[in-house]
Amino acid sequence: MANEQSFCVAALVDMMNGKHALGASVIRAGTTKDDYYGALYYTSASRGRTDTVYNTTGEVVHASYTAGGNILTTATAPNSSGNTAFWTPSASLVFTTLTAADFNCLLIYNFTSATKLALSVHTFGNQSVTAGNFTLSMPVNDATTGLIRFSVPV
Amino acid sequence: MIQTIYGPMEEKHLAKGKKTGSFENENEITTWVEYWIEGVLVHRSVDIKLKKGIDIASALQGFK
Repeated sequence: MANEQSFCVAALVDMMNGKHALGASVIRAGTTKDDYYGALYYTSASRGRTDTVYNTTGEVVHASYTAGGNILTTATAPNSSGNTAFWTPSASLVFTTLTAADFNCLLIYNFTSATKLALSVHTFGNQSVTAGNFTLSMPVNDATTGLIRFSVPV
Repeated sequence: MIQTIYGPMEEKHLAKGKKTGSFENENEITTWVEYWIEGVLVHRSVDIKLKKGIDIASALQGFK
């Protein structure tokens, strides 16, 4: 087998676990994983790839909704298969007794970080909920469908 | 008990106005349940099952 120029798949997982710092990093209080939250946004909001931190602009506003959203359950650590590293929250994200109209977006952000760093934005069909539960069930946690996937081109 | 805009109500009192539905595309499977009383929507719950997340490699291809 000849030498192959490639980013290393294991490094993808290591980056997910905060083990590489190619630029200035942050002083961490320990080795525990960070807490991640999911916040809901109206269809009229402009969340997306340019987000850097959690932002209240366009976030659902109602007495039944707590600004910042709900914590994600992250019992399963990042993993890899083949050329893909992947990570998925280990339980559904549930907002109970919620009332909100015309929302279609979830921002996942790092609640532990001082600035509430943005991780990803996920969209779904426009929704309205009235005094009900809004449940976002996560995809299968694998290299094909996991919520966050990093792939090394081959 | 079902939460409604009027407070918790027993489902047997809401069954007459119950509506359910579903929607599916390549990204999600969505199901919902609604309860109506005399033309007023008093409860709507939604369950979205995401089929897949974000592939960073695919996302980056959008910049090409």
